[in-house]
Amino acid sequence: MSFDSFESSSHARKGWLARLHLDLPLLFGLLITAAVGLVVLYSASGRNMDMVTNQALRLAMAFAGMILVAQIKPQQLRLWTPWLYGLGVVLLIAVLLMGQIGKGAQRWLDLGVIRFQPAEILKLGLPMMLAWFLADSALPPRPWRMIAAVLLIVVPVALIAKQPDLGTALLVACAGFFALFLAGLRWRFMAWAVLLIVPVAALMWHYGMHDYQRQRVLTFLDPETDPLGAGYHIIQSMIAVGSGGIYGKGWLNGTQSHLDFLPERHTDFIFAVLSEEFGLIGAVILLVLYAFLIVRGLYIATQAQDTYTRLLAGTLTLTFFVYVFVNAGMVTGLLPVVGVPLPLVSYGGTAVVTLLTGFGMLMSIHTHRKLLAT
Amino acid sequence: MLRHIHLKDHFLETRLFTTRVVVALVFMVLAMLGLIGRLFYLQVVQHELFSTESEDNRVKIVALPPNRGLIFDRNGVPLADNLPSYHLEITPEQVKDMDATLRGLGAIIDLRSEDLDRFKKMLERTRRFDAVPLRFHLSEEEVAKFSVNRYRFPGVDIAVRLSRHYPLGKYAVQPVGYVGRIDENELQTLDPANYSGTTHSGKIGVEKSYESLLHGTVGYQQVEINAQGRVLRVLKTTPPVAGQNLYLNIDFRLQVIAEAALGDYDGAMVAIDPNTGGVLALVSTPGYDPEPFVNGIDRATYKALQSNPGKPLYNRALRGQYPPGSTIKPFIGLAGLALGATDADHHIFCPGYFQLPGVTHKYRDWRPQGHGSIGLRDAIIQSCDVYFYQLALSLGIDRIHDFLSRFGFGSNTGIDVLEEKPGLLPSREWKRRTRNQDWYPGETLITGIGQGYLLTTPLQLASATATLSMRGQRYAPHLLYATQKPGDSALKLAPPVPLPKVDGVEPDAWQDVIDAMTGVVNSARGTARSIGANAPYLIAGKTGTAQVFGIKQGEKYNKNALDVSLQDHALFIAFAPVEHPRIAVAVIIEHGGHGGSVGAPMVRTVMDQYLLYSTP
Repeated sequence: MSFDSFESSSHARKGWLARLHLDLPLLFGLLITAAVGLVVLYSASGRNMDMVTNQALRLAMAFAGMILVAQIKPQQLRLWTPWLYGLGVVLLIAVLLMGQIGKGAQRWLDLGVIRFQPAEILKLGLPMMLAWFLADSALPPRPWRMIAAVLLIVVPVALIAKQPDLGTALLVACAGFFALFLAGLRWRFMAWAVLLIVPVAALMWHYGMHDYQRQRVLTFLDPETDPLGAGYHIIQSMIAVGSGGIYGKGWLNGTQSHLDFLPERHTDFIFAVLSEEFGLIGAVILLVLYAFLIVRGLYIATQAQDTYTRLLAGTLTLTFFVYVFVNAGMVTGLLPVVGVPLPLVSYGGTAVVTLLTGFGMLMSIHTHRKLLAT
Repeated sequence: MLRHIHLKDHFLETRLFTTRVVVALVFMVLAMLGLIGRLFYLQVVQHELFSTESEDNRVKIVALPPNRGLIFDRNGVPLADNLPSYHLEITPEQVKDMDATLRGLGAIIDLRSEDLDRFKKMLERTRRFDAVPLRFHLSEEEVAKFSVNRYRFPGVDIAVRLSRHYPLGKYAVQPVGYVGRIDENELQTLDPANYSGTTHSGKIGVEKSYESLLHGTVGYQQVEINAQGRVLRVLKTTPPVAGQNLYLNIDFRLQVIAEAALGDYDGAMVAIDPNTGGVLALVSTPGYDPEPFVNGIDRATYKALQSNPGKPLYNRALRGQYPPGSTIKPFIGLAGLALGATDADHHIFCPGYFQLPGVTHKYRDWRPQGHGSIGLRDAIIQSCDVYFYQLALSLGIDRIHDFLSRFGFGSNTGIDVLEEKPGLLPSREWKRRTRNQDWYPGETLITGIGQGYLLTTPLQLASATATLSMRGQRYAPHLLYATQKPGDSALKLAPPVPLPKVDGVEPDAWQDVIDAMTGVVNSARGTARSIGANAPYLIAGKTGTAQVFGIKQGEKYNKNALDVSLQDHALFIAFAPVEHPRIAVAVIIEHGGHGGSVGAPMVRTVMDQYLLYSTP
């Protein structure tokens, strides 16, 4: 516990940071990544300064939100957890009902002033809920608790998948799985789960998926079969990445992006713009930045002092990694096209707010520890 | 175990959690390495492939068609040129209300319903930023009207393209021909690279035979396009090289005068410079206007041309195959002198008919009472048939065939357009091969006066006359006078194409025949004396009348009693001046009657123009 006492002394040294409950490595890592994102966005948007300013404002608000969240004590978060989760599920049901009235995909909830996707609440709400539920008893959890936890995952995931938003549903499910995994889910359960996935996937294919979703999967498996249709995105993205080479074509010089060959280039496919213009070196630097954030997040998790904060920090960090991996994997043709933005870099406000709120929780967890050693 | 349920073992839980985090970290590092490996594969291993694909995406090659070379006559008068033609085009993305725009345009410019239908069809197929043509070939008045109102029609523009134009219209169509849209068959034979962007190619005449010179070399533009195909900027331009200008031996004045001289007759006239083989005039009547063919002739116009009894599309000068009639006599006479079958002093008695030994059939002379005692000179001047029956008989068909073939009869002259026909020079072997029949002596007789199987084209007759005037010196008839590279004022003359000389003929023999032909035009009993009397230069010629209708034994040819379509063709060949020939002409007038009275005056007007008024 001598390490903790070192931390506490560093608190005293970094006076204002400690009082603001900020974690310097995370803050720097996030700021640098966001800055890189704005630079790439300027190019990806076709030198649209309005878009860059807009995104910078959103980032600023999201950072402010992060600092705000960092002030909230973990115990307080824990207290709110079931309510937040419940609110998320209720809103999902509400959205679904409205969607049935409106006929068609419905993901947004319009509250007059703010429009937002209830699924975003669950991105944080589910990890919190699982941490709350699993921290209630000793780890690893007993089988009946595991089953209950799985139900906590399945309900919102099914609701999100029904919207239909398969990508977000999978990511939320992933977050749930990470919570179970970190809580000590037995290896043989995981083996069983893998065995179960095959029949479940087959059932999903036949009954649970829309045609366009099936097409996405097929196209992922062989993009060349549909080079001008659904495969176009993947092929053009791979061309963008591949033609970038080691050093890239240079900032603002990406032909794939600037000549419109690259679809969704300022949102989901912005990693292709970066890879085209800054090459392998630029792409690896960004991945290293992400890796740094993830390692720091995991470190915070291991330093957390109770099961709730530990599970929450670990799950949020691993989920962050999955966002990065799924997006980069999609852009490079490793994974199917699912609408997942690249954290902190893709254009868009909601994802950034959710993400930085999560990082605010990490900071809160790390800076509100009790000094046990004294 | 009980303890584990109720009490938390912080140490164990921390250890479990740390283990799981380490496992997750390992997975994460592996996944990151996998991503980096994938990036390495795409950006390093496959970099070249994707670079190429990226370039292919970005760079398009746009062909810049060359301007077609112009065609001039020997004096530099344009026979085919490229005129700007104005089209009305609409760029859909710049038009807010298409219907209103079309209505507004219709108020100032004549828009037919087929224009609108075609436009709407094309509109669906074309990208929004590509201009769609609405009307072709606006008149100058329409251009002016639109220009004044242009501000009212954003997105509507006038495009200028070059369109082939033939200033002389029907007067030069036979030598020049025309261009038309490239069709499926031509796509197979034309070089696809050089013709990318070219819409028209030569269909007939010089336009076709000199296509490779006239077309030029295509240019290219490398342009950068975006995913929608919109051209963003030009990366590199290789300008096209325009086709070469052609100067023809044709003299447009002769062309016009010959056409006018033929008048309402169906016929053909060909004039050649004997010293070079240069074709000075090549006329077939009735002619036709080539312009409608350039951008696709409409059905009605084409049908009218086809159903015209004068067959305007039929180029008689190159493709019309006629019995030469008496115009063949100088060549038969020359054969007789050259091969020793007769001599200048040899006389025969002409009773008005000729009979083969042991046969009762009478081969008539055109003059029923006969010419009495007559030699070669007078036989040509008066066109005595009996003399040539006898001469043909003593020459025999094989020697006639061999001698006439040296003047180019029975084969293509080698003129530098592609449409000519070879005519027909019969022989024993030919009849055996094509009809599986023996040759009869009677057929030799009528070949001697240019009847029977013998067929010649006007071009062949003119060319043979030129050869005769040059005493055997032969050149292939040639339309091309000179070529001119684009941007170059210097002309590169096309050299004459010499053919094997007609040798083995004594100078006296040439002289005798040419003297006789001079007599045809200039002596008191000459069949074409009407044009010789007041000519300021000396003309030599020969009249001819080709039977279309066989007259039965004992019947008389009565012109007035016969339907026009059965009346004889009139022919006339001539050259002048006799001493130093500069022009040789052949004319044929279908159903024109007698060559001396109808054909000779036409030839005289053309010769006058060339020898008296045209400066060479």
